[in-house]
Amino acid sequence: MSNQIVQGILLGGYYALIACGLSFMFSVMRIINLAHGSLAVLSAFALWLLASRFHIPPFLGLLIVLPLMAVIGGALQRFLLERSARGGALLPILTTFGLAIVIDNVLFEQFGANTRSLAPFIGSLSYDSWEWPGSIYVGKLAVIIFITAVVLLGGLQLFLTRTGLGRSIRATSEDPDTAGLVGVDAQRANAVAAAIAMVTVGLAGAFLGMRATFDPYAGATQLLFAFEAAVIGGAGSLWGTLVGGIVLALAQTLGAKIHPQGFLIGGHVAFLIVLFIRLYTSGLGLRGLLRFSTGKVS
Amino acid sequence: MSAASPVIERGTAASRIAGFGVAIIILLLAVAPQFLSAGAVDRMTALFIYVILAAMWNALAGFGGLVSVGQQVFFGLGAYFAIRLANAGLNPFVSLFASAVIVGAVSWPISLFMLRLKNGEFAIGMWVIAALTHLLVNLDRLIQGETGTSLISLNVYDASTRRVAIYWLALASMTALLAILFGLLRGSTGAAIRAIRDNEDAAASIGVRVTGTKRLLFVLAAFGIGVAGALWLATSITFQPKTYFSVQWTAYMIFMVLVGGIGTFEGAILGALLFFIIETWFGGTGVWYLIGLGATALIFSLLLPRGLWGTLEERFGWRLLSVGYRVRLPVNASDTTGGTPSPAQVTTSREKA
Repeated sequence: MSNQIVQGILLGGYYALIACGLSFMFSVMRIINLAHGSLAVLSAFALWLLASRFHIPPFLGLLIVLPLMAVIGGALQRFLLERSARGGALLPILTTFGLAIVIDNVLFEQFGANTRSLAPFIGSLSYDSWEWPGSIYVGKLAVIIFITAVVLLGGLQLFLTRTGLGRSIRATSEDPDTAGLVGVDAQRANAVAAAIAMVTVGLAGAFLGMRATFDPYAGATQLLFAFEAAVIGGAGSLWGTLVGGIVLALAQTLGAKIHPQGFLIGGHVAFLIVLFIRLYTSGLGLRGLLRFSTGKVS
Repeated sequence: MSAASPVIERGTAASRIAGFGVAIIILLLAVAPQFLSAGAVDRMTALFIYVILAAMWNALAGFGGLVSVGQQVFFGLGAYFAIRLANAGLNPFVSLFASAVIVGAVSWPISLFMLRLKNGEFAIGMWVIAALTHLLVNLDRLIQGETGTSLISLNVYDASTRRVAIYWLALASMTALLAILFGLLRGSTGAAIRAIRDNEDAAASIGVRVTGTKRLLFVLAAFGIGVAGALWLATSITFQPKTYFSVQWTAYMIFMVLVGGIGTFEGAILGALLFFIIETWFGGTGVWYLIGLGATALIFSLLLPRGLWGTLEERFGWRLLSVGYRVRLPVNASDTTGGTPSPAQVTTSREKA
């Protein structure tokens, strides 16, 4: 049992990784990007293409894919999100949903229905493990993913609190108009935030491809995981996202233990229970569930 | 010389003609199976189901301000409960509608919970509900997981009788659901619905019961989509959870409503018609067809968020199935000739419906 708990916690690192981009973007721009999961899968396919066609190993491929994701993020913000956000809160949902459909089906058109994995391209890392006391085997890859998540969340927190650019992003998220009055370029702050969010998505996609398989339509599931982890983690800080990811993963592990098909059910049920508790214990403000406070300097 | 007072209109000459037109079209559709081939009857049944889906999603998103990407949950449940009821021995045709009633009843507790979420959170929250429901339906032994099952009891009816019966049921359901929605929008609830659509906080501040009205739309949409799911099951007989709980149904609904005109009664119908034509022409191209649908939805939401009908309505002041009010004000009753204002002197304030 303790073995499963350890595996669950490590899997939570992956969920935190994919969730942090979603909640970060929501905190800054008040937009939930429904193409979030599809973009992660897009990144995984890009790495797969680089590895299988051009023999560039995935970790090296990240040097190409992550900057590309940043550019995609900036462009997304500039040409889609900003435009549709002007039309009210509902249009960005429809725009990003349309984008998700386009990405999924273009991937399907290009790569077909086969499930792929990046595991063959990372050598023994995909199955290497360390033995911990109590005969617990932990995969090296799972540990790397978890550490990456922790470093990324910590780095984001530091960036938001300690750098000028980070502070201008926070200011924009609090009140874009007032931030503009004191000389913050809201458009630039949003574009940078979107680019950062997409880099985290690219990284999450890479790890998705390494630790499991993916296919062109895998984006929807990843979006749901990201959303669930972010909501479970709740308001507070980026660290909440890590807690949310771990809770989600543990609930899935528990679900799988109860019933062979219970893995996903366990996650969804945990999400609904947390949602229920949060809705009825705290009067939710207009800011919504996903928003974390970026303002606290601890 | 009495000052001319503003006149409140509930329709235009065009909308009265359109009312007769609709009645005639429905009558023609009712007798159409006499003259159509079997394949054409099936296609028309699909069209009626699309109209139901578009109108119901539009009721929720266009009028209630609730964008859901999980409406496939009610489509799937409509089919699932029909299978379950028919399996329990109920007449298959009766079970189609009993199933939709159950879907409506199930949507009530879901609404208590989900309507507290806002915008994107509501949208994905509904998607989670749909994913969870799909998994739970898969656990049912009768359904046999993704293998699925069939509405076998429908096979006792002769194929051609069945086809025409389902056609009429679909036509009747579509007409009834559109009539309910039309009545709702034109009645006193309609004013509340449009007030919420335009500004929720302002509506609440003048005493509109926001949550109650939204809940009504949510349950109506669930019921209507449940009817659509059950009818789809009746036409295709087989039930595979994966097909019915697929997010593609919501993608179709979004496409139809966005292209037709979100928040307009006629727009959803127009969108369903266009979708039907596009599907007939390009449906065979598979994945490119889906890419095209997604891209069109994307472009419309960016460039033409009011959709085709919304844009035409704004530009030309068209009203066919008028659900709103329009106020005709005399420009200035006391100047120049007085008397009744000529049409040139009448300014029509733009109604918002």
